[in-house]
Amino acid sequence: MMDTVLQHRLATEPTTAPAPWGRVRRSRHVADRALKIICTLFTVLGAFVLGWILLMLLVEGIGGLSPAVFTETTPGPGTQGGGIANAIVGSLILTVLGIVVATPVGVLAGTFLAEYGKGSKLAEVIRFVNDILLAAPSILIGLFVYMLMVQPMGGYSGWAGGVALAIIAVPVIVRTTEDMLRLVPGSLREAGAALGAPMSTVIIKISWKAARAGMVTGVLLATARIAGETAPLLFTALNNNFWFSPTLMGGVANLPVMIFQFALSPYENWRELAWAGALIITMSILALSIVARLLLRKDKVR
Amino acid sequence: MVALSQERLVSSTDAPVRRFSPPTFDRIFRFASLASALLVLIVLLGIIGSMIYGGWPAFSEFGLSFITSNVWNVNEDQYGAWVAIVGTLTTALIALVIGVPLSLGIAIFLTQLCPPWLKRPVATTIELLAAVPSIIYGMWGLFVFAPLFANYVQIPVSNIVEGMPIVGTILYARTPSGVGILTAGIILAIMIIPFIASIARDILDQIPSVLRESAYGIGCTTWEVVRNVLVPQAGVSIIGAIMLGLGRALGETMAVTFVVGNANRLSGSLFDPGSTIASRIANEFNEAIGLQLNALMALGCILFLVTFTVLVLARLLVSRVKVG
Repeated sequence: MMDTVLQHRLATEPTTAPAPWGRVRRSRHVADRALKIICTLFTVLGAFVLGWILLMLLVEGIGGLSPAVFTETTPGPGTQGGGIANAIVGSLILTVLGIVVATPVGVLAGTFLAEYGKGSKLAEVIRFVNDILLAAPSILIGLFVYMLMVQPMGGYSGWAGGVALAIIAVPVIVRTTEDMLRLVPGSLREAGAALGAPMSTVIIKISWKAARAGMVTGVLLATARIAGETAPLLFTALNNNFWFSPTLMGGVANLPVMIFQFALSPYENWRELAWAGALIITMSILALSIVARLLLRKDKVR
Repeated sequence: MVALSQERLVSSTDAPVRRFSPPTFDRIFRFASLASALLVLIVLLGIIGSMIYGGWPAFSEFGLSFITSNVWNVNEDQYGAWVAIVGTLTTALIALVIGVPLSLGIAIFLTQLCPPWLKRPVATTIELLAAVPSIIYGMWGLFVFAPLFANYVQIPVSNIVEGMPIVGTILYARTPSGVGILTAGIILAIMIIPFIASIARDILDQIPSVLRESAYGIGCTTWEVVRNVLVPQAGVSIIGAIMLGLGRALGETMAVTFVVGNANRLSGSLFDPGSTIASRIANEFNEAIGLQLNALMALGCILFLVTFTVLVLARLLVSRVKVG
């Protein structure tokens, strides 16, 4: 209704005869128009950049996609051909490792904040710290895990990479879990408690069940977040051109670091593989993010 | 609810068998969730601790001059952080100058101007900007944006300002390659847009629509509503959202490493290559040994302290709004 009023006013304004206050009106009109045009332009610009990046990936990456990309390992310096199979599998393993470690910790911590610690001082501190970790520079987490695992274990390993990714994923899961559990009405919990269920049963059978969709979304978003992380893997999982050992010790090939090293290399086939890898990883992450958002359809955008 | 009560009825038949297990499990569950929550705290303390521990030899070796010195010489084992600190602050500042108006414009568009059917797709598009890995921004910046920037901005601008005082220094490119401090700032600006925009949108959405409607009711234009109603209402929270974006910009690594040029040089020109704390760590850490390793850790420590302060301020200013 307001829109029609606005439109009406906008439509009639230019036609009003110039009066003593005409100039004032004109400037108000111009300021208003300017705001609307500028804000719309900015939004279009944002969408345009996203489209441009995707277009770049498609144009540069599609040419590099071939069956060999998915079957062969990354080539050594100066050799021809090759694929990125080891990097794809390595990335999958590291991401799964990270999310497997992060999910129980994140869900339980989020549960503590929303259920046990509700309103307590400790929960408030942890919530605050979690928000800081959520935005902390990921390269510092790489350095931390280097000190924590790589130095004591005597070398780079997939385990260190997985832990670094888990540290990045945990705050995301904690945050969404807590937010989703808070949306569960207290009366449901009270009903459970009235039936004589202990707190843990109430949480698992009622709260978690009610908030399931949101919690799954959190895990998916966390997966999307860590799948493309490069900085924390630089000093933990590193990257190399071979299949990694089953113990995950030594460097583990992974897409992000592979892209970083290959994109800046002088070899033509390396750069082509970097583009192919970039296309694969970005499309997977965007697909994952969109699926996660579709899962959480309700009241995300008001 | 029906399903739930049925489940309870079923399980109550074997209640005598399980009578003693729930309390034990209850305690374990409670303890596990407390431990997980504490783990979050421990990780943060661990990050602080490891940075200080790792950087300590460098701090004690160079003292305060580690921060103020702009020498970074691996051969002579002399390290100073000043160039990287200046680079970090400059790129982040440029990112804010460009990114904040864009983000606020997008937030205003989404909350005030956008027709309802368009809200969802537009909001998702902007949020997807945050999902693109930072390394992809780096590739876009280096291979697509930098050449265009060199051809259409650096070279013409350099030709115009050459010889002028002040501007002739700040905006003059000795080697117009497209990479440099300003390019890094622009890429960072794009990267922080989704974060600032989505928080600003949530803040604007939380303002009671009665306020907005009454302003429209007395004949305000959209601009006047934004200027006189929304901005004063949102006020401090918006600054918090901006600080959160600043925190992101300060610590961003991969995209900056691609486009900043990675030169240890203090230049008066925004078009010249430089380096940031994060880009230097990313470039040198794997080859670093001895004191260089400690110096890089010390850089990490400085970065942590700066971002930590910014993020704490941001959190205090934005009192808990939902982030998508």
